Amino acid sequence: MSSFADLGNDLYTGARSIPVVAKRRVFYLGSAALLVFALLGLVVQGLNLGLEFKGGSEFRVSGVNTTQEFESRARDAVGTIGGEDNVNVTKVGDNTVRVQTSRLSDEQSTQVRDALAKTFGVDAGNVSATFVGPSWGASVSGKALQALVIFLILVALVLAIYFRTWKMSVAALVALIHDLVITAGIYAWSGFEVSPAMLIGFLTVLGYSLYDNVVVFDKVRENTAEAFANGRRSYATAANLAVNQTMVRSINTTVVAVLPIIAVMVVGFWKIGPGVLLDLSLVLFIGIVVGAYSSIFIATPLLVSLRRREPAVVELGKRAERAQAKVARQQSAAPAAELEPADDADGALVGGGGDAAEREEGATITGRAVHQYARSGPRNQPKRPPRSKR
Amino acid sequence: MAAPQRQRSVARRSLLALVVLVAALVALLAGGHTWSDASFEPKLGLDLKGGTQIVLEPRGTSGQSVSADQLSQARDIIVQRVDANGVSGAEVTTQGDRNIVVSIPETPTQEVRDAIQKSSQLQFRPVLAVAAGTPQPTATPSASGSPSASPSPSATSKATPTTASSASPTSNSAVPQALSSAASPTPTPSASASPSATPSPGATSGTTGSTPKDPTDLAWVTPERQQAFEAFQCTTANLEKIQDDEKLPLITCDASGQVKYLLGPVAVSGDKISNATAGYATNQQGAMTSEVEIALTLNSAGASQYADISREMVALTEPRNQLAATLDSRVIVAPRFNSAILDGRASITGGFTLTEARGLADQLKFGALPLSFDVQTSTDISPTLGGEQLRYGLIAGVVGLLLVVVYSMFQYRLLGLVTISSIVVAGLLTYLVVTVLGWAQNYRLDMAGVTGLIVAIGFTADSFIVYFERIRDELREGRSLASAVETGWNRAKRTILVADGVNFLAAIVLYVLASANVRGFAFTLGLTTLLDLLVVFLFTHPLVALLARRPFFRDGHRWSGLDPRRLGAAKATRYAGRGRFTTAPGVTASTEGSRA
Repeated sequence: MSSFADLGNDLYTGARSIPVVAKRRVFYLGSAALLVFALLGLVVQGLNLGLEFKGGSEFRVSGVNTTQEFESRARDAVGTIGGEDNVNVTKVGDNTVRVQTSRLSDEQSTQVRDALAKTFGVDAGNVSATFVGPSWGASVSGKALQALVIFLILVALVLAIYFRTWKMSVAALVALIHDLVITAGIYAWSGFEVSPAMLIGFLTVLGYSLYDNVVVFDKVRENTAEAFANGRRSYATAANLAVNQTMVRSINTTVVAVLPIIAVMVVGFWKIGPGVLLDLSLVLFIGIVVGAYSSIFIATPLLVSLRRREPAVVELGKRAERAQAKVARQQSAAPAAELEPADDADGALVGGGGDAAEREEGATITGRAVHQYARSGPRNQPKRPPRSKR
Repeated sequence: MAAPQRQRSVARRSLLALVVLVAALVALLAGGHTWSDASFEPKLGLDLKGGTQIVLEPRGTSGQSVSADQLSQARDIIVQRVDANGVSGAEVTTQGDRNIVVSIPETPTQEVRDAIQKSSQLQFRPVLAVAAGTPQPTATPSASGSPSASPSPSATSKATPTTASSASPTSNSAVPQALSSAASPTPTPSASASPSATPSPGATSGTTGSTPKDPTDLAWVTPERQQAFEAFQCTTANLEKIQDDEKLPLITCDASGQVKYLLGPVAVSGDKISNATAGYATNQQGAMTSEVEIALTLNSAGASQYADISREMVALTEPRNQLAATLDSRVIVAPRFNSAILDGRASITGGFTLTEARGLADQLKFGALPLSFDVQTSTDISPTLGGEQLRYGLIAGVVGLLLVVVYSMFQYRLLGLVTISSIVVAGLLTYLVVTVLGWAQNYRLDMAGVTGLIVAIGFTADSFIVYFERIRDELREGRSLASAVETGWNRAKRTILVADGVNFLAAIVLYVLASANVRGFAFTLGLTTLLDLLVVFLFTHPLVALLARRPFFRDGHRWSGLDPRRLGAAKATRYAGRGRFTTAPGVTASTEGSRA
């Protein structure tokens, strides 16, 4: 616990730093491998579209006497025919059971019909079989896709305006696509059917991924703006510091977001089996974890890679080098000016005011070592002896 | 000390605003419950609550069968109509190659049913004559501005078979075929109407004699039609019997039944409308006026037809310069042309309210399909997911919430309580808003929606985490708590606003452009994003600002989660660049100005 807070402190000050930007090639490689894996899943396994997208077969069993437990009974009946795991069972009116499956061949559909008739104890003539069209048809997908494209263009514009560089938009969008492809790929490998719920989860991941990137980029913007102003850090260092400073936030956020999802996933897996809950929570789980990963390890390094060759960034790098060299010289000139051990926090709390600049520890900006007495401020009078000694 | 005083009162005011908001929502709900049909529980969607299944069979208005293409087109239009009725999460599928199945949560109201099954043939027909719709003592009032005597006898013999249909009490069904076949020998008028053949009113039609040339030609008004028109009364029964053939004139009434019209054949059919929007009209200077207009955009074929007909009609006399828009054979508007409209952008103004105009615009936009629907069956269906799923979903949500509580206490100590109370407030607000929207907008929670709300816990919590981490950052820089809260807030505010802004943008774009389920999702996303902002601005920040003044937090108690020592606060002033200093705790007041 305390070590986590310490980690946060160290990451913030830069005392401890994860070289995210410096090691970016490793992360690029890792992501590339993941992407290949995901794409393989999409190509080899393919997305298993549910009956909401492809349409399917529908059976109506009419004249059912007892509709108790109709759902499980119907499921069992259909299950005996082929390994159908995505079956929709609904009671229509008082005594009709509607069963929807993915599209079956004529032979299969006869079998299902007989099985249903037997299960519900009705004549096979009372079971009608028809094909149903998709409820989530091509037009719904088409419109959603169109909306998505427009949204992505808008969001790229908004980010470009807000961050004042189009490269942040590009990096954010690349990270977004990275997240979506990996999520879809892993989902394809899982072999679950794609349901509308899964697509909704997909859209949530999209929102989450962008949100996460924006939070990290906002810190990058802040740090790099400061770096451009004072020339103490190179662009890459400033960006890396930003990633490190938001690391604790990213971890906390991801944990908090993922906890309810894990709960839903466990309950869904344990108690209900495949269905909306499991579909959604699986997609969200993968998406959020990948999203957090990409916002830290992909988006910002990518941004640095993109901006590396800009004249202003190169110039900043040179300035930062000079500043670093200067600091190094100062430190070698004043080896005593190390950070003090953490013992006077209380003193600092109560501590008197004074000219702030003179509280610079150990050395002034010019590198001149400051005498011990001078460090504690201007009110450096000889101490008055206590009353008893006078 | 004036500034902190002001901040504290700002914080109090924000909290007060939140309380007022919650109270207003509760009052609204209670009011709705007492005087209307609002419920204190959110409405549930189709998969959780079950609903009604309506099987529709589409039918061409003139009796022809429906192709597979038209069926899917019909499906899309029904989806649009369902969407126009709020965010209900209804499901629309095709069944076999004939039927459309609409599943609607719970029992739909009659209006919803009507809206779904309404035939939607929109047509533009020129007005030939106008009269009061209800019987009046004197035969033809002045309004029948048509020179009634004009048509020559020869016209009668030619264009006979139509007229009786509207007045005859005989049955509906067999007639359309008969009509259309009978109509076929008449010269097809509308679409190709050549601008050169502009008939001058009255005289021309009389002299050119028998065959009406184009939709505006008065030769359409045969004595039989004139008679039928004069005899026609705007009663519901009569209107239901109207036979509509686009190649022949039509006798009908406006929606209120007060005016009856004799209309020419269809000049432009409604499937050529590409868009219709409602709004306030602008005048020549481009300034907004208080007049409500419906702006129509036609596709290119429609635009050229519209240009022809308007060029011709603008020269005619009242009422023949009116072009009636009919929907389901009723006149919805009959605006007159003030000028020829050549670019396919028509604007209809005249005396309706904005709400009416919106409804009309929707009808015009969605009403492009020449089909009507017969209801075959309408039955109740059970939920597909059963109560079990919802129960387990909610259990999972509660467990998830508890985990979040534990984690945030672990991370933020007592500050975690702020997170939790914020989430509770967000939950309360969400519940109220969802319930109110269920009543007002027919917003329904389906399983995906419930899961979305559970996930939203994470999003909401993130705003607090961003904020708290910023406060901690500022503490690490060595600020006092009060000042760290303010500066941390100023920075976190930006991040939260832009991140939520992106989400809200997604919600708006998806809501406006997508349909069906995606729209429902967009609604939930937008809602939770807004509530998140509301809670952070009106609850979390003010609460933290007030707490920061309590000794427990101000002095950085080790359980407060804001203990500067644990956070490794900078112990001395450092130059932070750009003329700014970061200072040790306790001395911040002197340098605060330079930092902000």
